[in-house]
Amino acid sequence: MNLVIDIALTHIRSRMRQTLVGLLGVATGVGFSVMMASLMEGSQQDFIDRLVDSLPHISVSDERREPPVQPAERTYDAVRILSLSTEKERAGIKNPFAIIAALEGWLPGSVAPSVQSKAIIRYAGRDTAATVIGIDPKREVKVSQLPTQVTQGSLDALYKASNAVILGDGLASRIGARVGNTLTITTSGARPLFAQVVGLFHAGVRQIDDNQVYTLVKTAQILEQQIGLVNELRIRVDDAMAARDVASRIERQTGYKAVSWQEAHEDLLSAFQIRNAIMIMVVGAILLVASFGTFNIVSTITHEKARDIAIMKSLGLREATVRRIFVLEATIIGALGMVVGWVFGFLLCVMLGQIEFKTGFTDATRLPLLYSPWHYAIAGAAALGSSVIAGFFPARKAARVHPVEIIRGAS
Amino acid sequence: MSAAPAEPAVLLEAIHATRVLPGVVPVTLVEDITLKVHPGEFVAITGPSGSGKSSLMYLLGLLDVPTSGAIEIGGVDTTHIDEDARAAIRLGSLGFVFQFHFLLPEFSAVDNVMLPMRALGAMPIARCRERAEMLLSQLGLEPHMAKRPDQLSGGQRQRVAIARAMANHPPVILADEPTGNLDTASSQQVLSILRGLVDEHDHSVVVVTHDMELAARADRRIHIVDGRIASDASNRREAPAV
Ligand SMILES: Nc1ncnc2c1ncn2[C@@H]1O[C@H](COP(=O)(O)OP(=O)(O)OP(=O)(O)O)[C@@H](O)[C@H]1O
Ligand SMILES: [Mg+2]
Repeated sequence: MNLVIDIALTHIRSRMRQTLVGLLGVATGVGFSVMMASLMEGSQQDFIDRLVDSLPHISVSDERREPPVQPAERTYDAVRILSLSTEKERAGIKNPFAIIAALEGWLPGSVAPSVQSKAIIRYAGRDTAATVIGIDPKREVKVSQLPTQVTQGSLDALYKASNAVILGDGLASRIGARVGNTLTITTSGARPLFAQVVGLFHAGVRQIDDNQVYTLVKTAQILEQQIGLVNELRIRVDDAMAARDVASRIERQTGYKAVSWQEAHEDLLSAFQIRNAIMIMVVGAILLVASFGTFNIVSTITHEKARDIAIMKSLGLREATVRRIFVLEATIIGALGMVVGWVFGFLLCVMLGQIEFKTGFTDATRLPLLYSPWHYAIAGAAALGSSVIAGFFPARKAARVHPVEIIRGAS
Repeated sequence: MSAAPAEPAVLLEAIHATRVLPGVVPVTLVEDITLKVHPGEFVAITGPSGSGKSSLMYLLGLLDVPTSGAIEIGGVDTTHIDEDARAAIRLGSLGFVFQFHFLLPEFSAVDNVMLPMRALGAMPIARCRERAEMLLSQLGLEPHMAKRPDQLSGGQRQRVAIARAMANHPPVILADEPTGNLDTASSQQVLSILRGLVDEHDHSVVVVTHDMELAARADRRIHIVDGRIASDASNRREAPAV
């Protein structure tokens, strides 16, 4: 009914200052909620993106999920095995290139082998522990960011020298090595190996840049003394979210343990859920505070308008109609606050997105922000809803007032 | 409202109405009031201050409910209906004018007069406006229609309030000391208007007043003392049966 709208708008218009205060309360609530959600979800998404980008989506290793099935178990229906001495198996994935070929037949993505070796790097008389990772440069391109992270030389340079390595730039500067220098790499089993530095890379994560060395698979196999075996097959799937399903299929097909990034970081993903719960509580608190403002303003208006309420009721406006006027006022304040809050929140996000942060562990980055219409919809709906509720109680109280009490008091 | 020729129709009737304010010491506002208001009647209620005139008006206007007895509007008992139903009767069948104008301060004269019509919702808004402007110009407020109450004089405000009371063509208009705050000239004007409501517009008017001149111009005069009717006498014609 437009009489209600008319009266509500008139009340609001003649109380610009109060309306503005209430509106700003709601707007601040919505704005900060949007910013907060954008930041929280942005950082979560950024983290997952980094995780998904920097690590293989699926890692196939020679670990087992269950003890191996024994020959006797295969032969008989029921057996009890006691004091079994298991077959000795060499660590590593056997026939890696046959497996890769088999996987490439159906896998929606790419596969690359790697051999890892803990080693001591000696240069200029100093020893440093490092992880030497043997890769296949041609396949590596398809599964990791490494090729783009090479700052000097190139991945293909690994083919140029007999034992070529690419160092993390942190490691290189720690030991003082440059491209062209020769290092000694020592592992527990093998003879020390002379290797030439053919390039540097910078991943932007200090733990990696300070510790990792890349070389060819065969060089790493020599260091680990495991010719023909690899430690890990790294897989990048086209749809990162499908990694879990692909992993279980690989596991069924190859018998090797295939761990998707989701499984590997289950703890992190569940930590995100806790973080989200905290975020929802904080956002809820912000909006609750904002709704106190609306409550206060509608209470004030109904107080100041006690006489008008008495007039309207004495003329014959029903209680529900009078109540609707003030609920509508709260709704208008909430709605205006919501819209202003959206703009405010968006501007906050844009501003935050421009600030650069520099931490010791990663490169300078901007805050990761995620822009989602859902943030705006949810914060807006919550603000509007709480405004309506906040307005309802004073409105109900005001509408119940008996007109005679006020008319008597005024005459 | 067509009336049977023998018994004149009754618009508004109080039947042994008593209103007691509950409390540690209960206060009796009015006691055992029985009266009838007929169509086209101009009734003046007089009495000393504190005698219960306003309290009676609130009962007659369905703003208050008697503790015993009944108020009937057009023969319908209103004591046991709910608040919304009473509000609906107030909106459609009763008009109020109070001592203070009681206009909505943020609305113009026209908007104030339109308020009951819009609340009733029987006419489109343009027709409401037309009628409001018509009523206001009848009361000599043509140049002031767009003004807010604070831009009007006391007499003008009271005339706007009368126009508002007339908005929905209520059969009965109740006025509680409508000239109480006005100077002599304005009082005279309001008086003639109220008289005109009865003579020209077929409203019945019940007016509470201290003004002896007004009381003298009424058709009937009810005197209240200590919450009871002390006298009920016709000024011009034969007093209707009580
Ligand atoms: N809320 C209340 N509590 C106690 N007594 C009340 C209350 N309201 C009214 N009264 C008393 O009831 C009596 C009637 O009051 P009412 O206002 O009806 O008188 P009135 O005839 O209209 O007086 P006036 O001519 O001054 O307007 C008065 O004595 C008043 O003091
Ligand atoms: Mg009075």
